[in-house]
Amino acid sequence: MTETAELSFVRRYVFSTDHKVIGKQFLFTAMGFFTLGGILALLMRTQLAWPWQEIPVIGKLLFGSGGNILPPETYPALVTMHGTIMIFFFIIPILSGALGNFLIPLMIGAKDMAFPRLNLFSYWVMVPAFIVMLASFFVATGPAAAGWTSYVPLSILKDAIPGSEMGQTLWVLSMMLVGTSSILGAINYITTIVMLRAPGMDMFRLPMTIWALFVTAILATFATPVLTAALILMFLDRTIGTLFFAAGEGQVILWQHLFWFYSHPAVYIMILPAMGVASDIISTFSRKPLFGYKPMVYSIMAIAALGFTVWGHHMFVSGMNPLLGLTFMTSTMLIALPSAIKTFNWLGTLWGGNLQLRAPMLNALAFVSTFVIGGLSGIFSAATPVDIFLHDTYWIVGHIHYVLFGGSLFGVFAGVQYWFPKMFGRMMSDGWGRIHFILTFVTFNLIFLPMFVLGGYGMPRRIADPYVYEMFTNLQGLNQFMTYALYVLALSQFILAGNFFYSLFRGKVAGKNPWKANTLEWTLDSPPPHENFEHIPTVYRGPYEYSSPLVSADWLAQDQYLDGTKPPEVMPAPAVSPAAGD
Amino acid sequence: MGGLVPGLSTIAGPIDQLFMVVLILTGIAFFLVEGILIYFLVRYRYREGRKAKFVHGNRRVEILWTVIPGLMLFGLAVFQYDTWTKAKIDFPSEAVSEVIAVSANQFEWKATYAGEDGKLGTEDDIQAPINVLHFPVGRPIIVELQSTDVLHSFFIPVLRVKQDAVPGRPSRVWFQAIAEGEYELACAELCGLGHYRMRGFVTLESQEKFEAWLEEVAARR
Ligand SMILES: [Cu+2]
Ligand SMILES: [Cu+2]
Repeated sequence: MTETAELSFVRRYVFSTDHKVIGKQFLFTAMGFFTLGGILALLMRTQLAWPWQEIPVIGKLLFGSGGNILPPETYPALVTMHGTIMIFFFIIPILSGALGNFLIPLMIGAKDMAFPRLNLFSYWVMVPAFIVMLASFFVATGPAAAGWTSYVPLSILKDAIPGSEMGQTLWVLSMMLVGTSSILGAINYITTIVMLRAPGMDMFRLPMTIWALFVTAILATFATPVLTAALILMFLDRTIGTLFFAAGEGQVILWQHLFWFYSHPAVYIMILPAMGVASDIISTFSRKPLFGYKPMVYSIMAIAALGFTVWGHHMFVSGMNPLLGLTFMTSTMLIALPSAIKTFNWLGTLWGGNLQLRAPMLNALAFVSTFVIGGLSGIFSAATPVDIFLHDTYWIVGHIHYVLFGGSLFGVFAGVQYWFPKMFGRMMSDGWGRIHFILTFVTFNLIFLPMFVLGGYGMPRRIADPYVYEMFTNLQGLNQFMTYALYVLALSQFILAGNFFYSLFRGKVAGKNPWKANTLEWTLDSPPPHENFEHIPTVYRGPYEYSSPLVSADWLAQDQYLDGTKPPEVMPAPAVSPAAGD
Repeated sequence: MGGLVPGLSTIAGPIDQLFMVVLILTGIAFFLVEGILIYFLVRYRYREGRKAKFVHGNRRVEILWTVIPGLMLFGLAVFQYDTWTKAKIDFPSEAVSEVIAVSANQFEWKATYAGEDGKLGTEDDIQAPINVLHFPVGRPIIVELQSTDVLHSFFIPVLRVKQDAVPGRPSRVWFQAIAEGEYELACAELCGLGHYRMRGFVTLESQEKFEAWLEEVAARR
C-alpha cells in the first residue's frame, strides 16, 4: 500500500500496528528485563555464597550507605523481583509477546493480526506496567518483598516487611496491567488463528509453534482473569481496608488457591510456546517430519486441560484439607504423561534424521534434555509424602529453573536465533552461537543440578543466610561453587548479546530461507514487508514434509504447488486485509 | 532425604523409601531418554546428500509410550496414598499423645506444654523458653500450630515434618521421634526480613528426661 511510506516514524516504529514491529518491541524490552532479572540473581547468589560481606564493584553503587553490604530486608525483595521480572516481564513477553506476535500472522499466511489496534494496545498497556514495577525499586521502603507468590498476610500487613508498604501496592497495580495485556493479546491470537489462516491451512497443518501459542492463548484467557480478580481483592485489602484475605475474618488460604489457579497454568503459558518452538526447530534441523504430529497436538491440549486441575500441589502442607492432597497428587502425576509423550516424539523425530547441529538446534536439544530433568524432578514434589520434606526447599528452586531456564529459556535462545534472520534479514554467527550454547548449557547445569542436593539437605528457599543454621553450614562450599558458575553463565550472555547486536548490522545477509524450512514465513523476504504477503498463499500440505520422496530436495514448502497436488477442499472465505479497517 | 539427612521419626522410613522408589523410576527414565538422545545425535549426525527417513509417526509406539508411562504414573500416585494418610490424615488419639501448642510469630517459636492436668489452655500450662522445643521419644506428639502474624512453616528436617502455621486458622501436625539428639527447626515459609534467622532448637529425649526438663521449666517460672 502506498500510504505505508507516508506513515510517520512514530506510527511505524513506536505506536505501530504492524505485528512484526510489536513483536520486536516485546523482544527488546524483554531482553532489557532479562538483564535486570539476571542482575538480581547475581546479587542473590553472591549473598548466598558470602552472606553479609561487602559486594565488590556494584555493592558501593547499590548499598553504599550500608557499608556496601546487602541489607537484610533487601534479600526478600531480590527474591520477589527476580521471580516477578523473569516470569512476567521476560519469559511470557518474549514467548507470547515477541515470538507470538512476530510469528502468528507469518506462519498462518495472514497480513496481520485480526485486531491490529488491540495488538498495539496490548504492548502499550505493558509500558505503564514496566514503569510502575521499575518505580517500585525507588520508593523509600523498596519494592515488593513477599515473594513472587505474594502470599498473604505478609503482602497485606504493611508493617510485616518494608516491601509491603508502597512497593506491594505498585506490584499489584503493575501485575493488573500485565494481566490486561495478556488477556488482550490472547484474544487477538485466538481470533487470528481461527479466522485468518490462509486457504488450505487446516488446523492440522499448523506448525507446532502456532498450535502451542493457540492453546497458550486459551489458557491465558481462562486463567488470567482469576489472577486479576485476586489482585483486585488484594488491592482493596491494602487500600480501603477490606478483609478478604485477612487472618481470622478473611481467608488466608484463599489467596493461595486463587494465585495458583492462575500460576500453575501460567507455568504452561511459559513452557508450551517453547515446546512448539523446539518441535519446529528439531524437525527442520533433523530434515525429517515431526514424529507424531497429532499426538503432539493432543498432548498440548491435555496439558492445558489437566493444567487447571493440579494447582493444589503447591499447597500440600499449607493447611488445605489433606484429603485434597490425594486428588491433587493424582492429577499432578497424570499431567506428567503428555509431557512424556512429547519427549518421546521429539526423540522419534531425531530417529533416522539427518541432524544439523546448528546453534538453534543445539538450544532446542538443550530444551529437551533439561526439560526432562525439570519434569522428572517434579514427580518427587508431586508425591505428597516426599513433598512434605521437599516443599519450599531448594529442590523446588532447582525444579522450576530446570523447567523455566532449562526449558523456556533454551527454547527462547533457540527461537530467537532461528527466526533472527527473518526478523532482521541477517544471520547470527553460528560459531559464536555454539560457544554461547556450550558455556550456557554447562554452567546452567553446574548451578541448578546442585540445587537438588541442597533440597535433599532441606535447605529452605528464600533465606538470606542459610548458615545461621548449623545443619546447613556444610553447604556453603557448594553454594559458592554454584555462584561461581553463575558468574561464568552471566558473562557468557555477553557473547549472545554481542552476537545479536553485531549481526543486527553486520551479519551475513540471510535471504528468504536460510534454513531451507517449509513454513510460510520463509517464503517471504527477510524481513518481510509491511502486510507480509502481497498475495495470500495457498497451502497444500503440512509444515513438516522434510525429505519427502516427491521432490529431490530435502524440504518441501507448505505453499509449493506440485503437479497432481489436490487444491484445498474447502476454500475458506478470502482473508481480508486486517489493516483495511484502520 | 536420599541419605543426606538422618530420618528420626516413624514416618521418615516410609517417606525416604518412597523417595528412593521415585528416584529409581525417574533415574531409569532419565538415563533412557538422555541415552537415546545422545545415541541419536551421534548415529544420525549430518551427512551431505543423505536423506532422512520420511516417517510421520507410528500408531503402535504412540499407544505403547502413552499407556505404559500412564499406568506407571497412576500407580506411583496410588502407591503414595498410604504414607500420606499416615502422615497427615490419620492422627493418633490425644490420649496416647503428648499434645504441644506451638505458636509462631516474627521471628520466633513459642512452645507451650500441658501442666499437671495434662490439658492445654489451662492455668498450669508450661511456657518453654523462646525457640526451645523438647519432644519425648517413643510416643506420638501432636503439635497444635498457630501463628499470630503472617505465614510461617514448621520444618524439622530430621523428623520429616513440615506444616504451615496459618494466622487465624490453627493447624495440627503429628510425628513420633525414634532417637534422641539435638536438632534444628527451620521456618520454611517466607515471613519477613528475619525469616532466615527464625530458628528453633529441638531436643529429642527420653520420657524421663523430658519430664525432668518440663519440671525445671515450670519451677523457673
Ligand atoms: Cu504447579
Ligand atoms: Cu517464619
